[in-house]
Amino acid sequence: MGMTITEKILASHADLPRVEPGELVECRVDMLFANDITAPLAIQQFERIGVDRVFDPDRVAFVLDHYSPSKDIASAEQCRITREFVRKHRLPHFYDVGRAGIAHVLLAEEGFVAPGELFVGADSHTCNHGALGAFATGVGSSDLAAAMATGRLWFRVPHTLRFVFRGTLPRWVTGKDLVLRVIGDIGVDGARYAAMEFAGPVLQQLSMDERFSVTNMAVEAGAKNGIMEPDEAVLDWVRRRARRPFQPVYSDPDATYAAVYEYDVTDMQPVVSAPPSPANVVPVTEVAGVRVDQCFIGTCTNGRIEDLRQAARVLAGRRVHPDVRLLVIPATPRIWRQALEEGLLQVFLDAGAAVSTPTCGPCIGGHMGVLADGEVCVSTSSRNFIGRMGHRGSKVYLSNAAVAAAAAVAGKLVHPDEVVREPAAV
Amino acid sequence: MPIRGRAHKVGDHIDTDLIIAGRYLVTTDPAQLAAHLFEDLDPELRHRIRPGDVLVAGENFGQGSSREHAPLALVGAGVAAVVAASYARIFYRNAFNNGLLLLECPEASRTVQDGDELEIDPHTGEIRNLTRGQVYRARPVPPFMQELARAGGIIPYVRRRLGLEAS
Repeated sequence: MGMTITEKILASHADLPRVEPGELVECRVDMLFANDITAPLAIQQFERIGVDRVFDPDRVAFVLDHYSPSKDIASAEQCRITREFVRKHRLPHFYDVGRAGIAHVLLAEEGFVAPGELFVGADSHTCNHGALGAFATGVGSSDLAAAMATGRLWFRVPHTLRFVFRGTLPRWVTGKDLVLRVIGDIGVDGARYAAMEFAGPVLQQLSMDERFSVTNMAVEAGAKNGIMEPDEAVLDWVRRRARRPFQPVYSDPDATYAAVYEYDVTDMQPVVSAPPSPANVVPVTEVAGVRVDQCFIGTCTNGRIEDLRQAARVLAGRRVHPDVRLLVIPATPRIWRQALEEGLLQVFLDAGAAVSTPTCGPCIGGHMGVLADGEVCVSTSSRNFIGRMGHRGSKVYLSNAAVAAAAAVAGKLVHPDEVVREPAAV
Repeated sequence: MPIRGRAHKVGDHIDTDLIIAGRYLVTTDPAQLAAHLFEDLDPELRHRIRPGDVLVAGENFGQGSSREHAPLALVGAGVAAVVAASYARIFYRNAFNNGLLLLECPEASRTVQDGDELEIDPHTGEIRNLTRGQVYRARPVPPFMQELARAGGIIPYVRRRLGLEAS
């Protein structure tokens, strides 16, 4: 019997010829990271272990992205703990204000993840990196500390659910819409403890940026990891960035899947997750007309250059509705610069949007756009739980970047065609 | 030592944002985190929880972010154990790593009512509902997780493995 890509990566990192779902294995970790929220606790736990050094300084990264630039004294102290640890241990891969971006986007961009590798991060959206054909999963700070000390971590081999996308993607339907639709179908625990393997010819129609949006949200269905087999586009993308030689891995044709879900995307339209669950997925037309107070384009899910281009396509020559605040947060300094060079920032500023330095801020109701009681936000982020972006009485609709931009112009949820169809006011 | 305390019921899919909101993740101190436990779910709930009490939840408890502050906030509030129909995977690991006992028991999750007096044997997984005179049996904790729990979580476990602590 063959193995899935996930099983193969876990087997090779456990130095086993094969593994079975349900089996507990201890694996070598190729790379690990923590952010400014999870690092201080990981550092505290690492120091409790009592080893002198991290297992390999070249395989450890720290990225200050959540409450950075620090929003208050308490968050500044958390960042300081991380900075001091980095200096003490002379860790080379540290990203602080100005050079920091949202970790998942930044670390992929910087070539820290490659096909066939095993990556853990003290951040649940670490599953993001599965788009590169890597096994990547989020862990807590204590597990990260253990991996930091030993270079190893235990895993239960997940069963794999396979999602196959066929057909032709309609206009405005993106990778984000595909993953939201899947979560809507299987629920927030539909892939609990499982690997989600995304496949099918539609993946080739997705840009690399859109593929990351798909694997990024695997955790919203409860999955351990999301993964795609690395095609030529992935290998080409990674070859230009990878810091180490790598060996791509593919699922065997006779691999065992716990379930296979088939989708034809041809008749899809853009969808949103209505509050308060990522699984409340409906076509945007079903909630059209809902008034919005804030729109947010950014995050590890949708803060990449392709997202900013989609938003700019909607916003070009148009103005943000007077009753709406639009926040645009490019995920990394490189994306920020690219958006500047492509003239996208000009489009956003002309439209009346606020463009911020990279940060996770608004997505976790931390800073840079916290919602008041009763306010509604259309957000390109990944979670719309109660109180996620601010007051427990606020509401968040999750969408792709074009839908969020269209809502910003219209002042309400609409299909992007409703906005773009209108002649642009110059 | 059996656990004996009052049950506090919460629903399905309680996420880590509801356990401890993102805005409070600027400390790792369990007592400070406990001061905001379940604030966005029910601002009064944390005031009803007494040390030694038991949280009884539905499906997929602890979904969402990897914040270990969630089990720390529960520990800080004195929650002695969580009984749920099922758990989200990162939370499950984090709880064991912080010495928080988790039991998986769909029957107890369905049957126990808010305020019931429970007695739990952590070794056998037997949950006695003293208020209703019922006994539920939790699914056995996987052997490796038992080993982790006996060690006191992943940190002492790793210390032993590295020979830094006597086993």
